Amino acid sequence: AAGMFLRLLSDIQWRAAHPKWRRMTGSQRSTSTTAEPHPLSLPAQAQVVICGGGIMGTSVAYHLSKMGFKDIVLLEQGRLAAGTTRFCAGIVSTARPVSIELKMAHYSNKLYQQLEQETGVQTGYMKTGSISLAQTQDRLISLKRIASSLNVMGIPCEIISPKKVSQLHPLINIHDLVGAMYVPEDALVSSANVSLALATAASRNGVQIHERTSVSHVTIQKGQVTGVETDRGRIQCEYFVNCAGQWAYELGHSGEEPVHIPVHACEHFYLLTHPLQEPLSSSLPTIVDPDGRIYIRNWQGGILSGGFEKNPKPLFTEGRNQLEIQNLQEDWDHFGPLLSALLRRMPGLEALQIMQLVNCPESFTPDMRCIMGESPTARGYFVLAGMNSAGISYGGGAGKYLAEWIVNGYPSENVWPLDLKRFGTLQSSRTFLRHRVMEVMPLMYDLKVPRWDFQTGRQLRTSPLYDRLDAQGARWMEKHGFERVKYFVPPGSDLLDLDHSKTFYKPDWFDIVGAEVKCCKEAVCVIDMSSFTKFEISSTGDQALENLQYLFSNDLDVPVGHVVHTGMLNEKGGYENDCSIARLSKRSFFMISPTDQQVHCWTWLKNRLPDDSNLVLEDVTWKYTALNLIGPRAVDVLSELSYAPMTAEHFPSLFCKEMSVGYANGIRVMSITHTGEPGFVLYIPIEYALHVYNEVMNMGQKYGIRNAGYYALRSLRIEKFFAFWGQDLDAFTTPMECGREFQVKLDKGMEFLGQEVLLEQKQNGVYKRFTMFILEDHDTDMDLWPWWGEPIFRNGRYVGKTTSSAYSYTLERHVCLGFVHHFDEQTGEELVVTTDFINQGEYEIDIAGQRFQAKAKLYPFSSLFAQRRRKDDVELSGYQRE
Amino acid sequence: FYLTPPQVNSILKANEYSFKVPEFDGKNVSSVLGFDSNQLPANAPIEDRRSAATCLQTRGMLLGVFDGHAGCACAQAVSERLFYYIAVSLLPHETLLEIENAVESGRALLPILQWHKHPNDYFSKEASKLYFNSLRTYWQELIDLNSGETTDVREALINAFKRLDNDISLEAQVGDPNSFLNYLVLRVAFSGSTACVAHVDGVDLHVANTGDSRAMLGVQEEDGSWSAVNLSYDHNAQNEHEVERVKMEHPKSEEKSLVKQDRLLGLLMPFRAFGDVKFKWSIELQKRVVESGPDQLNDNEYTKFIPPNYYTPPYLTAEPEVIHHKLRPQDKFLVLATDGLWETMHRQDVARIVGEYLTGVHHQQPIAVGGYKVTLGQMHGLLTERRARISSVFEDQNAATHLIRHAVGNNEFGTVDHERLSKMLSLPEELARMYRDDITIIVVQFNSHVIGAYQNEE
Repeated sequence: AAGMFLRLLSDIQWRAAHPKWRRMTGSQRSTSTTAEPHPLSLPAQAQVVICGGGIMGTSVAYHLSKMGFKDIVLLEQGRLAAGTTRFCAGIVSTARPVSIELKMAHYSNKLYQQLEQETGVQTGYMKTGSISLAQTQDRLISLKRIASSLNVMGIPCEIISPKKVSQLHPLINIHDLVGAMYVPEDALVSSANVSLALATAASRNGVQIHERTSVSHVTIQKGQVTGVETDRGRIQCEYFVNCAGQWAYELGHSGEEPVHIPVHACEHFYLLTHPLQEPLSSSLPTIVDPDGRIYIRNWQGGILSGGFEKNPKPLFTEGRNQLEIQNLQEDWDHFGPLLSALLRRMPGLEALQIMQLVNCPESFTPDMRCIMGESPTARGYFVLAGMNSAGISYGGGAGKYLAEWIVNGYPSENVWPLDLKRFGTLQSSRTFLRHRVMEVMPLMYDLKVPRWDFQTGRQLRTSPLYDRLDAQGARWMEKHGFERVKYFVPPGSDLLDLDHSKTFYKPDWFDIVGAEVKCCKEAVCVIDMSSFTKFEISSTGDQALENLQYLFSNDLDVPVGHVVHTGMLNEKGGYENDCSIARLSKRSFFMISPTDQQVHCWTWLKNRLPDDSNLVLEDVTWKYTALNLIGPRAVDVLSELSYAPMTAEHFPSLFCKEMSVGYANGIRVMSITHTGEPGFVLYIPIEYALHVYNEVMNMGQKYGIRNAGYYALRSLRIEKFFAFWGQDLDAFTTPMECGREFQVKLDKGMEFLGQEVLLEQKQNGVYKRFTMFILEDHDTDMDLWPWWGEPIFRNGRYVGKTTSSAYSYTLERHVCLGFVHHFDEQTGEELVVTTDFINQGEYEIDIAGQRFQAKAKLYPFSSLFAQRRRKDDVELSGYQRE
Repeated sequence: FYLTPPQVNSILKANEYSFKVPEFDGKNVSSVLGFDSNQLPANAPIEDRRSAATCLQTRGMLLGVFDGHAGCACAQAVSERLFYYIAVSLLPHETLLEIENAVESGRALLPILQWHKHPNDYFSKEASKLYFNSLRTYWQELIDLNSGETTDVREALINAFKRLDNDISLEAQVGDPNSFLNYLVLRVAFSGSTACVAHVDGVDLHVANTGDSRAMLGVQEEDGSWSAVNLSYDHNAQNEHEVERVKMEHPKSEEKSLVKQDRLLGLLMPFRAFGDVKFKWSIELQKRVVESGPDQLNDNEYTKFIPPNYYTPPYLTAEPEVIHHKLRPQDKFLVLATDGLWETMHRQDVARIVGEYLTGVHHQQPIAVGGYKVTLGQMHGLLTERRARISSVFEDQNAATHLIRHAVGNNEFGTVDHERLSKMLSLPEELARMYRDDITIIVVQFNSHVIGAYQNEE
């Protein structure tokens, strides 16, 4: 088929003016890329230059031109749709676990369906439907979870019996199946033709397309894209879009200022056969058998079948470039296990004749999610790459979001999970990428149970206490490359397989975390929280305060030594970040934000702070080790170690002071714990970390101190209705929508970002409301556990999804946090969500198709807070992060 | 009873040994890259022995396998002593003189051999003085005989074999005042051993064989396939020439009784061997030695037993047949093995399995469908078979171990069957010998580059 595609493509002459495909003989074929007899010369300037003529580049061009951008140039080093796009299996599948990816795939499907009509280019679009098979009960649970989220989006989808599977697809051996998920509207396309169709439409809208033009590098001046250098000359431009697929990494590194795009290619194999004796119908559904690691679609009367093997073959690690993907070696021995799986699934195909084994590299990312957005170091430098082999499914939607991003400054949906800025330079190591993608590729079809962690590329960033904690039984997870403790396995515990016994039900660390929580409530625990992003902002004059007052919604003009919880909002009032800021002196501030904010927050501030040498922003994340002392006895431990009174009268809540702890001086002590429990966080210069930790543990012994991990922290914060940025809060959520009006000072006497929207919301109400749900009839031991992303039903109607959940050891109930919307029953239009609307409903949470009654609350249980607090004691009402 | 794959591996690998010829200045100038060897016992204790050593006063490397019978004493003695006899036979006159002078004046002796031994390959400390004295007598005779001619390897090998067997016989006749040693030399003489020894020096490969162990050369053909070339003849009833030879050496009247049930005098499988004085000495000598010997010997029914139709001894010789082969670049390896291997595997399969092992899995030709008509089922079968082959290769770091795994575990399709392997290895001691023999294997790998360079010089 690759040969066939190749022939097809070389027979096609790219004609910008008359996009009709004309077959020409070889001798007449010219190398020119347009209808003109001579290659059209490159323009000297353009508003947008897109590099890459695959599905991503053409989709961005298509959407940009539709949105009114006229001055667009698309450059392709070889021929259009000649890279991965050409070889792509052409399956449009909407069954995606990540919500934003699901939305992109859904949009792509709708787009491709009408594309042939719009452009006149045959796309081969065929609505075949797809069937995902489950060989195990756990797999069926994961399919049911996806089915729930597809259904609430209005995408038809049902869980079907094995018997039904054999009715839909006669060749399937069903004896080892426990069930399946059927998505009837999934489709097949010719991916190369979809790409050509998008290019045709874009070209009609004025996009200039130049084939056989390579971008050598992008020029950046003062952190702003100024143009691209190509082998045919230079183009000045305002925006550059890197859609170079598996070459995106290299292209990003080609300029003087590197743009880190963590993608890495792996070989990907699929098989093409001759037609069956009785050729397969082109409307036969596509089969995905994740437990067998394969997919099977009908192809020209025969089948096309590939998969994601356990032992992937990464390639181009050393960055060997090449013009177009040459036919890489077929490797039958490597494909063997997948062939076995295919014949087990469809034993009737034994006698089917092989046509070809296609080797088509795909690019993968470190976290299995695609990469889009603007470079943190070069404004105007956009990226859309790393599709993890789902390029055709995401192509339409991803192109649309990126186009919106360029045109409007932000896409219409929350794309943080895909944002390039979730990565830093640390994920850009070639070795890291090579190792990580070898884990990611098989993960495509691995069962993803709650709280799975990557195993490769670990132990990169660690606290100085890493070895000490590890020796005490710490079990680790990773965030932004930083190792963080999940929980501590008590000595002598025989739970050797703790990390491997992953389940959708009650996990085996349940009692371990329960004991840690109990210790936080009754005595004192210490949690190493060094991974947090820490910035210092200082100035010679009042510049620091003035700028922060504009960029943050709370009032930062507080007395020295006070800590303020505040959102860093965008123009629409949404949370770009959620932080705690301590005023160290009149002119300097210490800012704590979530671990994965390191790149995003830095970029946001850098782009908005004035270029003033007297105003200094410094990333001090690496300088401090953070120990969180949680619990009623934290005050005793600390006062004994510092010979300073730490009671509320002397050290009130939300207070920050540099003091000595043990022999070490200059420890920043803050009376916050991020959990609503009493206690302190100690910011310790790293060389004192071990000393302070030892002192705390020794002194704490008589108060029953023990180590604890993030799972305990998480349970504590969720039961107190604390939202967490990146999980509950995002750029589309305002403080008003999550009950945090008290963290906004609308009247602080000066304008701040997002103020207008917040004022408007205060006046007219909000359209979604952050709500806490207590599961009522849920059996912790027997029932499936909530995770996040579960649909919420109010009076039987879908109103939103959960964003996080945890078991509360105090309430002895599961707590889910999520957003409630109010959709008009007739029109579906979004209406204002009032307190009454929330309170006057009967709620259910859908976990993998099973609904559990839930009690909705807009305020936390005050009984959970150990201390009576001052009225303005803000920590009570919900500030949190992880 | 079932052995897990790691248990199987630990049994198979217990005796494995590998030697790589050290590289000088980044280059190995030897025609030998190194060797892998291994043993799998069936008898308890094992009656096979192996030896490997580098000659230090002449060029060349010696490798040998020895299959003992009626106990392991003879095989043990031959494995310790034969290479010294060969090395001495190869030494030029001046070196022999130098050594003798050193011994005479109590100076340090020039080392003759560098042994490459597995920790389980032991040397008898008690007998070393006795053995040394016999060896010294041999070189003194060589010095006296000084022929002035350069030593021919073939002749040296034949002389060494015959001389050692003679010494074994003599030592048993003379006896030793030390009762332990006296019993030892008798046990050595009354038991027997075959020997298959290779001497490699540059492109000259000599194989001296006595008995039914075998040397086989692995040759890679131009198309990459493997073939086997025999470098020894089995001395047993299946070898017509051997049967002829034995018949020639004895009166026609004995013709019928000489070879019975494929055995020499109806008793002995190999037609040539070290020791086995029961087939060499006169009846009188045998009786005298046994009677004057220690009680243990007298109590032993076997030693007292005289073979039937025993009229014109000797019936047995230790004289080897020597084959000389000039190594070519396509000669990739040499397999020396006792009959325990050859009973279970055809030499052609041995050549293929070792060849594929040594060249590595990556040399397995990739499959390309090309224009052929291949069905999914056919491809699946082919891949399954290749995978089985590869997985058995990956488990071993030693070519000899890999061969043993196949020899013991091969099913009817020629692939290693773990269940079969497990069964064969977990047989109780008393049953093991019924299903398999001791297996000893040395696989010598040649350096094609060096051999190619030699060829070009000539």
